[in-house]
Amino acid sequence: MQRLRLVRSRWLVAGVVVLVLGLATAAWAAEQPRHGGILTYIVSASGFPSMDGHRETTFAVVQPLAPFYSVLIKVNPENPADPTDFVGDVAESWTVSPDGRVYTFKLRRNVKFHDGSLMTSRDVKATFDKIIFPPPGVASARKGMYTMVEAVEAPDDFTVVFRLKFPTAAFLPALANPFNWIYKADILEKDMHWYEKNVLGTGPFKFQEYVAGSHVAGVRNPDYFIPGLPYLDGFRAIFIAKEAPQVAAIRGGRAMVNFRSFPPKIRDDLVRAMGDQIVVQESAWNCALYVVPNHKVKPFDDPRVRRALTLALDRWGAAETISKIAIVKTVGGLVFPHHPLAASREELQQIAGFWPDIEKSRREARRLLREAGVPEGFKFRFHNRGVEQPYKVLGIWLIDQWRQIGLEAEHWVQPTAQFYATLRSRQQQYEVSMDFNCQSVVNPILDITKFLSQDVSSLNHAEYEDRELDALHAQILRETNTEKLKALLRQFEKRVLDEQAHYLITLWWHRIVPHNARMRGWKISPSHYLNQDLATVWLAPE
Amino acid sequence: MATRETVVAPPPSPLEVPPRARWWRAVGRFVRQKPLGTGGAAIVLFMILVAVFADVLAPYDPLDTDYLNMFSPPSYHHWLGTDDFGRDILSRLIYGSRTALLVGFVSAFLGATLGLIIGVASAYFGGTTDLLVQRVLDVFLSFPLIILALAVVAVFGTGVGNVILAITIPLIPRCARVVRSSALAIRAIPYVDAARACGFSHWRIILRHMLPNVVAPYLIMLTAFQGQAILLEASLSFLGLGVQEPVPAWGLMLRGGAEQYAESAPWMAIFPGLAISLAVFAFNIFGDALRDVLDPRLRGTT
Amino acid sequence: MHRYIIRRLLLMIPTLLGVAILIFVLMRLLPGDIVEIRLASEGAYVSQETINKERARLGLDKPLWRQFLDWLWGVARFDLGQSMWTGRAITYEIGIRFQLSLQIAIMATLVAVILAIPLGTLAALKQDTWVDYAVRVFSIAGLATPSFWLGILILLTFLIFFRWAPPMVYTPIWVDPVANLSQLTWPALATGYRYSAVVMRMTRSSVLEVLREDYIRTARAKGLWERLILVRHALKNAMLPVLTVTGLEFAFLIGGLVVTEQVFNLNGLGKLFVDAVGHHDYTLVQGLVLLVAFVFAFTNLVVDVLYAWLDPRIRYQ
Repeated sequence: MQRLRLVRSRWLVAGVVVLVLGLATAAWAAEQPRHGGILTYIVSASGFPSMDGHRETTFAVVQPLAPFYSVLIKVNPENPADPTDFVGDVAESWTVSPDGRVYTFKLRRNVKFHDGSLMTSRDVKATFDKIIFPPPGVASARKGMYTMVEAVEAPDDFTVVFRLKFPTAAFLPALANPFNWIYKADILEKDMHWYEKNVLGTGPFKFQEYVAGSHVAGVRNPDYFIPGLPYLDGFRAIFIAKEAPQVAAIRGGRAMVNFRSFPPKIRDDLVRAMGDQIVVQESAWNCALYVVPNHKVKPFDDPRVRRALTLALDRWGAAETISKIAIVKTVGGLVFPHHPLAASREELQQIAGFWPDIEKSRREARRLLREAGVPEGFKFRFHNRGVEQPYKVLGIWLIDQWRQIGLEAEHWVQPTAQFYATLRSRQQQYEVSMDFNCQSVVNPILDITKFLSQDVSSLNHAEYEDRELDALHAQILRETNTEKLKALLRQFEKRVLDEQAHYLITLWWHRIVPHNARMRGWKISPSHYLNQDLATVWLAPE
Repeated sequence: MATRETVVAPPPSPLEVPPRARWWRAVGRFVRQKPLGTGGAAIVLFMILVAVFADVLAPYDPLDTDYLNMFSPPSYHHWLGTDDFGRDILSRLIYGSRTALLVGFVSAFLGATLGLIIGVASAYFGGTTDLLVQRVLDVFLSFPLIILALAVVAVFGTGVGNVILAITIPLIPRCARVVRSSALAIRAIPYVDAARACGFSHWRIILRHMLPNVVAPYLIMLTAFQGQAILLEASLSFLGLGVQEPVPAWGLMLRGGAEQYAESAPWMAIFPGLAISLAVFAFNIFGDALRDVLDPRLRGTT
Repeated sequence: MHRYIIRRLLLMIPTLLGVAILIFVLMRLLPGDIVEIRLASEGAYVSQETINKERARLGLDKPLWRQFLDWLWGVARFDLGQSMWTGRAITYEIGIRFQLSLQIAIMATLVAVILAIPLGTLAALKQDTWVDYAVRVFSIAGLATPSFWLGILILLTFLIFFRWAPPMVYTPIWVDPVANLSQLTWPALATGYRYSAVVMRMTRSSVLEVLREDYIRTARAKGLWERLILVRHALKNAMLPVLTVTGLEFAFLIGGLVVTEQVFNLNGLGKLFVDAVGHHDYTLVQGLVLLVAFVFAFTNLVVDVLYAWLDPRIRYQ
């Protein structure tokens, strides 16, 4: 399963850092949580677009605003590392019909909005109707995740029923998405856009202040539906986009944590400088960067050339080296490496580009290039996003790796907006580009829809059509037997990464959150979107 | 002097091309009278040599990564240490001087020359043309350099060519302003009208009579722009909007790793910053001396 | 004088109009579309229909000339519209950042003037001595040092030697002067150094001009102290060009602190500009640039009026 390291540091001379594994975990669990205090944390962005989680996709919306809201179900905050362990939030319990097509949720009866009104099934239904069946003109970022849902019903005040078109393992993880905040039905009826600029939820904290580009502040909600929670008196989420001031803020005691991630070197520097005032939590991360060769541009229309590109990458080596300076580490296939459906190491090593012998891979890559008639020193432009971690760092690594099979890539970096415009243009504006996939709740069945034919998946930027993959995925979506699912997924993986090399995967990200040792009651999860309502977080005395 | 029209009288002696001996004597006089300026010139010359002979001078390939020697402090093997990819900082500084000088020279030359043309034309034709040109220049002069450069990069994208464009555009009106006020003074002298009456073409009058008289402000702006261009290039690179990794460039070297890891690997932040400062310092100090020698009245315009 | 001011104000209109056209065109040349960036960039699935609806909501489906005229008509009524990115009023978005930018500009000006005027005068009085050289090297170094690099070094020094970092959130000075100053003093120093270099050079050369005037020359034989007294009367005139560069630099600082704001994580106009350009927030960039250009033109006017007021020799027509 998910590897979770709860580490504590020591002040050591000569710059040697020793991470003492899991020492403190047991001791802290026994400690009694205390009430009080304000948690100041960093949101690693310069701000957010709107405040409506249903339409936005960035963590910069979740991290500062999730404490104001509740969701129907969520990943277990006591065990967030497990991608299959879900618990109710406003749902007290749920049942699934034997045919797997009807999910019935019983709601808690003491959930109140911050304006004092009681939350009922009407609010939950209005929320999910907005997400799954948005009226014209209302944007829902995750509508596409709920193609299996036929209807949402509210038979009584505290029961919500989801009817599915077909049983699928993809539904429950999709429902647990951390953006699915419960909104008030009365407000949505009047104005579907109200939540873009305002906050009104049922969460552990009440909205206090928002200063654009600066910070969001919240105060304790005394009427929260779990008695005794939250522990904190309030929080301040401050926007700091660049890593250097982030580090300075943590070093100088201006903030306690950046919930996104820091590169390993910063972790080491912080640990060395702050000693036992800092605690590090690490986790594999449900995000990965891909390389997209454009199938409509020569010579990348040739699978041999694409295979050469992937064969050039020393992934196992990079897991040791690049992981020291970038927030990537885990070698894996298309399924998040710590999910039960993921490929094992042995299975991976069968795939081109994952062979244990890099020299053999590179010989094969050169052979393929020769065969395809690509000359030594062939030049192309590698399109990348203007974001330091881990895009540019991996970009530099990729260019270096391709140099070693005789390809000369020029780094073409565009700021985010232009980068996506180019990537999505479908007009062959790039030859080879970086692309990424970053999801909250691990949901392998939905996450791989990205690789379906371009007329099926709007996220397929490689511009190919592969009906065999589409057919395979239709099978996967409806398969409920785990062993059969695994076999089908391996087949899918082999085709995307090896035989056709439609997409190249680099390394999966690795999340490193060093935080002030005073912050307790928060456990790292495989996603920076998850487990952010702060209900159970508390501060130890100084 | 931004919007006020400053009419500068023509310099006392138009710049002529002296014979070789006189040229050497002029250099000698410059060295004796302007020790600071001479120092600046020496540094500039040194930088040019470094850029030209980068292949010979650099101890390592600036692109070679070495994952076993990341963040090495300055040592016998790496005089200025290594960066987050284990690349040799000295070598990257040496190659980075090419980027700095290329961007500096090309954008300063283009900016000053286009400014010269616009300035002279505006002054010569006068009247409505002048008025229109001045209003357009006003528009471009109403932003800080960096804002205009950022907008241009946003539209045209990053990369060396576009960075040069982004730096050149805001420099043009600044030179045009100064050149125009010098040229206006010449225009006011009756012999220009006399030449026109004699049937000389516009081109001939501009080339033969006006240009030589604005060479001094042109040269001064040209040197002053070098420093500004290098600084602007560094700023753009620092924002991630200039030239791109792994091309070695000074501003780029200050970005990302250098800033993040400044506390444990300060050499990554200190040396590239010193290189930028030294280069701009040299150009400025040389430019100042040149201005004093060529045309003291232009003090403060650059 | 009144007529002069009115004439200058009228002359501002074509300039600002030109700025408006220029920035409008530049923004529309940006590759990529704000609606797509906003709704669909981070890998979300949004239908084309929704995208079209959103474009219509923002008025982006209208022809360009129409969008421009609509915007201009709004500007004429002092209504800059709403940010396309956040949906909030542009005056709100700019307002919260303007305070901070203005305060830094003022503080940097203070730093610059306090450093520059005495040093510049001293350098001129001691022309071509080691004092002069030292001041000039100091000032040219100020021009040559990137402010953002100086900022990095300042932050680094505090971290390493004092384990201290400035506050990350802006507090208005009337709410908590200590928190306010401990955040803004350092960026003001980092930019003030460069700024002071500009002013110092101008001071030195203006004072040199004054020193060349005949009545000062006659006093050359006397000591430094007497000369200073003599010069003092003339200093007022020498300060006029200094006033001009100070004004210019001040105006540029309001919107031009782009890089330093990044280093210190300041929520100012420069950062807003970079973010807005990054998001393709057309209306916000247009409003912001127009504001910066207006501040520039207005500062210039103020400087020129001050000029006339200080110098009875100048009479504007």
